[in-house]
Amino acid sequence: MSEQQTTAPSGPKVKKFMFVNRKAPYGTIYALESLEVVLITATFDQDVSLVFIDDGVYELAKGQQTKGIGIKNFSPSYRALEGYDIEKLYVDQASLDQRGLTEADLLVPVEVLNDQQMGELMAQQDVILSF
Amino acid sequence: MKFGILVNEGPYTHQASDSAYQFAVAALAKGHTIQRVFFYHDGVNNATRLTEPPQDDRHIVNRWSALATEHKVDLVVCVAAALRRGIKDEVLAPGFRISGLGQLVDSGIKADRLVTFGD
Repeated sequence: MSEQQTTAPSGPKVKKFMFVNRKAPYGTIYALESLEVVLITATFDQDVSLVFIDDGVYELAKGQQTKGIGIKNFSPSYRALEGYDIEKLYVDQASLDQRGLTEADLLVPVEVLNDQQMGELMAQQDVILSF
Repeated sequence: MKFGILVNEGPYTHQASDSAYQFAVAALAKGHTIQRVFFYHDGVNNATRLTEPPQDDRHIVNRWSALATEHKVDLVVCVAAALRRGIKDEVLAPGFRISGLGQLVDSGIKADRLVTFGD
């Protein structure tokens, strides 16, 4: 949970929403349904950022082929985020390293952060939704 | 303080719904407001009136319904997540309503704190 700023009651409320994606894209539905919340939030003119951490980094992995498991490959949707003005994508360095991945393995441009930078970024948020 | 609550897991399998309920009751008892409870992922399964737990166990769904009646708490079930899981208007327990994910974002904007229950 995050600290939050007080907003003037009259002004429009723009809050910092962060979506923390921690799970592999398939195996559970969390990644897909997280993306659905992200796309809706984009229509509310809020300050949206996405974080990929732990197995969540696999959500952005290139070359996903899901035919064998009979589940729709929704990874192309991450490429569409730019069209929704969602351009703040952050990936945890250690999570990439632990899985033998680099930025070059990812579908979209991201900013790679270390633990401390990630913590500082989280501390600035008003709302953190973790999936 | 105005709290929004997000429940991400179904009843009985996971403690999330119990904890969220206990949190809501405790917050109300302290004079806080529950702006909304939003049910997402398998959390939508908390909204069906078809559950029949053993009599010596807590009735999670009825407990939420009672909270809605007594404290006018807004219980909202995500429509997309609900349709995936067979939760429709005709099986909704009293006090629940089905609506869009925008209601969750609205909670994030309007509540002082949005508290998540689930993994």
